[in-house]
Parts: sequence; C-alpha cells; structure tokens
Amino acid sequence: MQTKESDRSPLIWGLIFGILFGFFLQKGGATKYDVIIGQLLLSDFTVLKIMLSAVLTGMIGIYLMKTLGWIKLNLKSGSMGSNIIGGLIFGVGFAVLGYCPGTIAGAIGNGYLDALVGGLAGILIGTGIFAALYPRLKTGILKKGDFGNLTLPQLFKVNDWVVVVPVAVLICLLLIWLERFGL
Amino acid sequence: MELLTEVRWTPYAVGIGIGILSWFSFLISREPISCSTSFARASGGIERLFRGKKVELKPYYQEIKLVVGWQGMLVLGIIIGSLISALLSGDFHWQWVPSLWASAFGNSPVLRVIIALIGGVFLGFGARWAGGCTSGHGISGTLQLAVSSWISAICFFIGGILMTQFLFKVIA
Repeated sequence: MQTKESDRSPLIWGLIFGILFGFFLQKGGATKYDVIIGQLLLSDFTVLKIMLSAVLTGMIGIYLMKTLGWIKLNLKSGSMGSNIIGGLIFGVGFAVLGYCPGTIAGAIGNGYLDALVGGLAGILIGTGIFAALYPRLKTGILKKGDFGNLTLPQLFKVNDWVVVVPVAVLICLLLIWLERFGL
Repeated sequence: MELLTEVRWTPYAVGIGIGILSWFSFLISREPISCSTSFARASGGIERLFRGKKVELKPYYQEIKLVVGWQGMLVLGIIIGSLISALLSGDFHWQWVPSLWASAFGNSPVLRVIIALIGGVFLGFGARWAGGCTSGHGISGTLQLAVSSWISAICFFIGGILMTQFLFKVIA
C-alpha cells in the first residue's frame, strides 16, 4: 500500500518541491485557520479555488504527459470502508483543528503556535493510535468495498480524455459560477 | 521582485502554481505531492526513541517504513517555504489564538491548544484510515482522477462542513 518508490528518488527534490509548495500555500492564505474555517463555513471560497485550479492545471498536464508516455500515474488504492469512513473522520478533525497535514506545516512556518503545540502533537498521537489498531482494521473495515487502484476513466471504461475534458469544463464552470456569485 | 513581497496572491495564481509543481514532481521524482504518511513515520520514530527497535515490527510501520524519505523532506520544505513567504511579505507573526476562533470561543490559548490537539488526533487518525490527506487525495489524487481520492476528498468536505456548522452554529 505505502511502499514508496519515491524514497529512492533524491531527497533534495522533496525539499525543493516542499519549499515551493509551502511558499504557494502561504501566499494563498491556506496556512491560516481563518481561511480554512472560512471555507468550511462556506463564507470564504479561497481554499476551494486553490484546490480546483491546482486540479485543473495538474490534471491536464499529467494526462498529457501520460498520453505522451513520459510518466506513469501513481495512485492510491482504495475501498469504501477506507475512503468514506476515513474521509469523514478526517473531516471532523479538519474542522476542529482548522488545518490539514500539509497546511499545518505551513502554519508552523507562519508562526502559529496552536498548530505547533496543539495540532502537530495531536496528529502524531492520532497516527500512532491508527498504527496500534491497524492489525485489527486491515483485513476488516479497511477492505470493505475494495476497488483497488482505479481511475475514473477505467471505472467508466473509456479513453482518459473522455473524462479529462468534461471534468476540466465542469471545474471552469464552477469557478466562473463562484466568481459570478461573489463568493 | 515585488511579487514575492506581496502578502496574498489570487487563489488562481496559487492553484496554477501548485498544479505546475505537480507536473515537475511527477517528471523528476515520479511522485505526487502528499504529506500525511510523514506524520505517521514521525510518530513511529518518536515511539521508537522510547520503546526501542521493536516498534519497527508493528505491521503498519512494516508497510510505511520508519524512514525520513522524500515526503518527509517535502513536509520540512513546506515549513521553510511558508516561513520565507511570510518573512518576505511581513506576514510572519507568533500567534496562539486565530481571530475567527477568538470571536466564537474566546482568547484563551489553553482552550485553543487543547481543542487543536483533539482535532489533530482525529485528523491524523482519519488521514491514515483514508490513506491520504487534503494534498495526497484532495489535490494529487483527484488530479489523477483516482476513484479513491474523489471519494475521500468529497468526504473530507462533508465531514468538515458538518462539524464546522456544529462548532460555530450550535456550540459557540
């Protein structure tokens, strides 16, 4: 599940990409509790706009490079029991903490001590509890409704671009709609 | 250079920047941008300091391996990149209690830290249960059109929006 090929790729690139990612997150305001909670209160759509424009840009480039044979996808396998239940638990934590694992690193760089002293310690405890329970969860709930490594084009049994193009159009329409309503 | 000292960029500029970053991350490191595995590794690493090598034998740590890795460097980089951006624009400041929190729950740093800790426990636990977080599933997985990531990302927001409504509309 987590055996990462990347652990053999030069670590310096991880650091460089991280610095750029952190720089972008801070410039976007995504390192701030108020911005993240503003999104979950549906009063400030900054986080969704960042995510959707990143997905739009990333998706077109990644699928172009995949079509050209330059790269391979690197997917997470999944199951209903893992993604739905885990996603909802994560969402509760997201709301209570007001940061996520990436943005909390950015929040620490921004000087936010609730992130460093409270949130970071909590995340380390939470992942530790998961590791302790993992042997019991692994073959049970985490495997419920298992669908493995699957992309939307594979699910619908169509060419990649039959999904990429409509998703790109939908994201554009959603962003235009958000701007039109002044959100 | 003025661009670098601005406090905020538009969310579109930031999003496009992150999207382009993901291209290079795939091309150069064959790896999507993701964060939460590193926290699980750090947690196991800290436990190993106290309880010794036998911690590595836990099945979960056998799978993810207790190493720093590319992704650990990415998370370290996020702290540095955010610090650079905040210092360049004068947006860096030490802060215990965010203003939106203070407006609903008061100015106590102790209360804020305790609740942040509890939130962190759910966040860390949920991220490992779902196999990823807002970056690994929410951005890198959805842009690859992974089914697991679209389901997870939608559930992150359903859980997050409902819980935030409860905190700010019912409790506060």
